[in-house]
Amino acid sequence: MTIMTYRQALHDTLRAEMLRDDSVFLIGEEIGLFEGSYKITAGLLKEFGEKRVRDTPIAEEGFGGTAIGAAMLGLRPVVEMMTINFSMLALDQIINHAAKIYGMFGGQARVPLVIRTPGGGGQQLGATHSQNIELFYAFVPGLKVVAPSTPADAKALLLAAIRDDDPVLFLENLALYNTKGEVPDDDTPAEIGRAAITRPGKDLTLIGYSRMAHVAAEVAESLARSDGLDIEVVDLRSLRPLDRETFVSSVKKTHAAVVLEDDWLTYGIGAEVAASISDGAFDYLDAPVRRVAMAEVPMPYSKPLESAALPSRDDVIAAIRQTLAAVGRRPTQSLATSASGVS
Amino acid sequence: MVSLLSGAAHEVGEGYAMASQARPRRSASQTSPAKSPAVENTVPVKNTAQDQAAGDRDGQLRQFYRDMVLVRRFEERAARAYTEALIGGYCHLNLGEEAAVVGLMAALRPTDYLFTNYREHGYAIMRGIDPKRVMAELYGRVDGVSKGWGGSMHMFDITHRLLGGYGIVGGQLPLATGAALAIDYRGGDEVVMCTLGDGTAAIGAFHETLNIAALWKLPIVYVIINNGLGMGTTVEKSSAEPDLYKRGAAYRMESARVDGFDPVAVYEAAAKAIASAREGKPYLLEVVTERLRGHSVVDPAKYRTAEEVERLKHEDPIQIFGAKLTADGVLDADKIAAIEAEVTGIVTEVADFAANSPHPDVSTLFDYTYATPVPNDSRRLPGQPLFDPLPFPATADAGAPVSGVTA
Repeated sequence: MTIMTYRQALHDTLRAEMLRDDSVFLIGEEIGLFEGSYKITAGLLKEFGEKRVRDTPIAEEGFGGTAIGAAMLGLRPVVEMMTINFSMLALDQIINHAAKIYGMFGGQARVPLVIRTPGGGGQQLGATHSQNIELFYAFVPGLKVVAPSTPADAKALLLAAIRDDDPVLFLENLALYNTKGEVPDDDTPAEIGRAAITRPGKDLTLIGYSRMAHVAAEVAESLARSDGLDIEVVDLRSLRPLDRETFVSSVKKTHAAVVLEDDWLTYGIGAEVAASISDGAFDYLDAPVRRVAMAEVPMPYSKPLESAALPSRDDVIAAIRQTLAAVGRRPTQSLATSASGVS
Repeated sequence: MVSLLSGAAHEVGEGYAMASQARPRRSASQTSPAKSPAVENTVPVKNTAQDQAAGDRDGQLRQFYRDMVLVRRFEERAARAYTEALIGGYCHLNLGEEAAVVGLMAALRPTDYLFTNYREHGYAIMRGIDPKRVMAELYGRVDGVSKGWGGSMHMFDITHRLLGGYGIVGGQLPLATGAALAIDYRGGDEVVMCTLGDGTAAIGAFHETLNIAALWKLPIVYVIINNGLGMGTTVEKSSAEPDLYKRGAAYRMESARVDGFDPVAVYEAAAKAIASAREGKPYLLEVVTERLRGHSVVDPAKYRTAEEVERLKHEDPIQIFGAKLTADGVLDADKIAAIEAEVTGIVTEVADFAANSPHPDVSTLFDYTYATPVPNDSRRLPGQPLFDPLPFPATADAGAPVSGVTA
């Protein structure tokens, strides 16, 4: 085990995979000479040269699709989209092509491609640079979408993504790059499609991914100290496929769930999680599934407005307390109250 | 086919020197059309080899004619099957583009790659794929080139290096450029040909990828099949520079325009473009042709003027090429009849094969979502619940692990 940042874990894993496999190469805007907008690729151009660390023109559809075509011929491109917001310029290539090529041609061509891209607000970057639109990709069969929340998972899931023969959208988060954690020294890939119970508990299931899995872990520890609550935390890790079994099993044990997401609530990832809990654990629930999500506005630049729009630790704590307070309450009680009021 | 580029080609080429200029069509401006590649490729002919070369050349010209007729009859048969509801979805035909298809495909090596769009049946056949498998794909059957998963717009065959027909306009351009990048990365000598329609020159991916290909010196030829219409919109209404090959100048990419009714001119122009790409100099070739019918089988093309409809009655690349070869003594009525008989036989056999090929089994529905198997991949059919219904009233221990997940 080595303690390192999420950023370092990504950098070291990219480097190790490039050393291991000649067919792995990096492609994206400003990843070479500039060393990456978030410095994930620092030093790699110097070490591997322009062929393996390829700076591109500002042409997300062009270089994104070029990477897909290279993958069709057996290379293993790792694309950096500077932020997930810019990946929308390549939506046609990612959704209409990368996701379709294996199935549309009857399994004759594989697309072993990774698209690394950070999402996340909270940096005062305004409406176009603060979105979390991983849902667009998680919606599409044929794509795999992973969202590591820790340096260890950043490494293990990136290893898995690079070695996978399908296109993988690898979601990073601006707020996570400087977070630190223990990272195993061996290079065992994670299994895409598996959630993890990162903190076992019995009182309530708190579900999140990426930054919100990090927040969930912190809140669970905090409430253990302050309220003596024993909260189980599920880190989704994989948004497609979605590991429903893990969080539904958890809710069957705890009988209550709060879902955290950094995207907008309506139609969001949390909606899918809540609906899955309703399908799989309806009879086990003691309170409605609660979602904590971003306010439904284009992200403002102003710091107080931005902070108000983003889910905070206090929002999460309040949602947990309200959910636990609702346990055992039944509509019959309020009906009885109103009936007595009429008489 | 390679000998068409040798000395013998000169004699053939000269006869086509004028035809190699872009034909006047509709309101297309005729500025500086490309020089005839046939003339540029002039090589002295040795007398001793002349008779043999002439014989080979005549055989190759007859092969071109026969291949054009095959594409024509195949497409006519496809149109019939479509109206008989044996083919579903969209069905875009190469009618009128046979010379372009045959000339371009003849210029590729078997190891070269082709990316094309949704109007690709003829290309698939001329890449060497058995026409039975092309028709079976149109019928959506298991023997189809894409096993019934692609249909008319999405044909793929790795053996013959057809890396896809693509249904989204312009979608194939970045992919083809990436294939060229992979060739360059590995130091191979293959070339990628990427065909596109005239309307596609207006899409962003055209600019983005031609720029990338030129910057990185990739081995790729972009071929604009300019049939004058993107669905019902003319080139003049969709491109501020209707001489589409001139777009190459923006990327310092060599480019040329060629008469798409002349398979020999197309072949030679393509051979030149491919040779350039093989040296790491990407190339833009514009092939001017006609679409004899609507955009797809169901399009009556009512946007065409009466004059245009009348003109098209006399604009048929097969008739024009056939008449030329007949006048040159390469073809005669008997040979044409023999070709028709052979091709008609093939097409009948092809349609029978497609009709008798089985539909894919419904149990294969989830076979091609992912190449690398992944846990929790959903295999739920529309009417199935996400989780098996619980026994009710509940008898299971509330804390028991979930066992009934169908997701």
